[in-house]
Amino acid sequence: MNRLMKHREVWLALAIVLVVVLVTLRFSRFAQPTNLLTIFNDTSILMMLALGQMAVILTRSIDLSMASNLALTGMIVAMLNAAFPGVPIPALMALSVLIGAGLGAFNGVLVWKLDIPPIVVTLGTLTIFRGMVFVISGGAWVNAAQMSPDFIAFQRAVFLGLPVLSWFAIVVAALFYVLMTRTPLGRAFYAIGVNPTASVYTGINVGRTKFMAFVISGAVAGLCGYLWISRYVIASTEVAGGYELTIIAACVIGGVSIAGGIGSVGGVLLGAIFLGVINNALPVINISPFWQMAISGTAILLAVVLNARGERSKGRIILKTAETA
Amino acid sequence: MTDTSLHRSLPDRLDNPLRSALLSWESLLVLVAVVIFIVNSFASPYFLNAWSLSDLTFNFTEKALIALAMALLIIAGEIDLSVAAIIALASTLMGLALQYGADTPVLVAIGVGTGIACGAVNGFLVTGLKLPSIVVTIGTMSLFRGISFIILGDQSFKGYPKSFSWFGQGYVWGVISFELVLFVLCAVIYFVLLHRTNFGRRVFAIGNNAVAAQFSGVRVDRIKFVLFCLTGLMSGIAAVLLTARLGSTRPSIAEGWELEAITMVVLGGVSIVGGAGSILGVVLAAIIMGLVTFGLGLLNVPGIVMSIFIGGLLIVVIALPILFRMWRQRA
Repeated sequence: MNRLMKHREVWLALAIVLVVVLVTLRFSRFAQPTNLLTIFNDTSILMMLALGQMAVILTRSIDLSMASNLALTGMIVAMLNAAFPGVPIPALMALSVLIGAGLGAFNGVLVWKLDIPPIVVTLGTLTIFRGMVFVISGGAWVNAAQMSPDFIAFQRAVFLGLPVLSWFAIVVAALFYVLMTRTPLGRAFYAIGVNPTASVYTGINVGRTKFMAFVISGAVAGLCGYLWISRYVIASTEVAGGYELTIIAACVIGGVSIAGGIGSVGGVLLGAIFLGVINNALPVINISPFWQMAISGTAILLAVVLNARGERSKGRIILKTAETA
Repeated sequence: MTDTSLHRSLPDRLDNPLRSALLSWESLLVLVAVVIFIVNSFASPYFLNAWSLSDLTFNFTEKALIALAMALLIIAGEIDLSVAAIIALASTLMGLALQYGADTPVLVAIGVGTGIACGAVNGFLVTGLKLPSIVVTIGTMSLFRGISFIILGDQSFKGYPKSFSWFGQGYVWGVISFELVLFVLCAVIYFVLLHRTNFGRRVFAIGNNAVAAQFSGVRVDRIKFVLFCLTGLMSGIAAVLLTARLGSTRPSIAEGWELEAITMVVLGGVSIVGGAGSILGVVLAAIIMGLVTFGLGLLNVPGIVMSIFIGGLLIVVIALPILFRMWRQRA
């Protein structure tokens, strides 16, 4: 199984390299390290969001509310910054993680305590959170002039040759790697996805583990709320509209099984980078950006077909249901 | 996504039919609809007026047409997130045909045909290649709408003929619009299909246990394929109505409708894990959503704020019976 997973990531990495090479043939400066680092930086937010989504999908759930969570948290910190420019950035950032985690916990409680299917819960909170952005902002924008210079400059500061935003992605990815491979919680995510019934019998609290997955995806979305707003320097109701599906696309391309239990940090990062490379490559080779959507759609379908081959061998389900206490 | 933790127990005696009818999901929905209707008529003096109520129906008929087919699909344990993208593609291809001088019958045929073709693509990917429908339709959603963007870019198609506009703006009799008549007709057809035919029984059987249905001689894949085609067909019809009503096509047309259609289905009492649901519930849910958005619209509440009510309604209506059951078990 492990070898197969490595296999899939290798193929994805090769596909990315192939795209880079093909584009470089047309436009020699594309493969320059500075440009590749720019692409990495551009993709940082997507990478983090996709990792958060992976935690949820592993447990056979889905979080459709991540983009709305991002927009709401981003608007709150942007308005705070506009009203109180003196509040230090690390405090704002901690706040954005807390708000995001709180919103995620709301999803999680509904899934855990009321046993409502995650797709229904997050379909509801997708519209609720997005609507709240409008309510708290009154439909107004927070623009660059209203944000403090620190708020905008922080993630652009260069540290050891990389922008702070890129470092965020690296640190978050490292944390996720440790979480998924070295902690009981990470193991529980996989266990629930592979076989929820067996997980109950091994003493895993399925509901609480799903709750934790939602808190994690929410916290990541919150952090990305601040990062997104300070990167694009505009907070509005439309921020990241429809982005929830791009996040899921990055996961699927990265080999995460929507049926749960399968997925790796490395794969998800590559899935996000694949989308990032495509988005950056299109304008370079003079293809209208309007092709982007159709291409990522095709990539998702191809990835799903390839993923499905690895997932065929499913064990027989002997015990159908168990008390999820 | 396939949550197996649902408990279904067989009762040892039959419930009193009147009691079970009163406690059913549909009567809860009727109650909600009546309350919203009364609140609306007190909240705005413009609400209780034949033309207002007629306008109200335009708020939900197109989405509800899709929800009818989506309900069957979800009952069978699948889902289609690409419906709004199908509308975009169908509308774009109709606009493209218009540029080449197509007249109304051809435009309608192209719209409906595109819908069926897109549904067949989804159906093939899910049943032929055995892929999970939620991912497949996220993919085709980007693909279908992506093709619209490739064709249209930031342009739009305009200048649909008068006879075509009638489908979205015309009235059959007095204040009764063509859209409303079509919706009622389709609701009846889907009611009969789901609740009164062999086909409908099989849809429920597949949703409850696809493997058992297969062993009982139900052609699971074929029925699922037909359901995807039906959902595509209804999206194609919705594309004709919406394009005719708006009189123009942009690639961003009907954005976000997939989630609204699914909200209608779930609000209507269809189990998102499949196997249970009714057309009556979906129709009531569609009316409730139309009432809420129209009533709030009369009060000058912006559309984005309405979505809070819709989202909240979805969660509350699903959560209330669960909370009630938990409370009763504890007592």
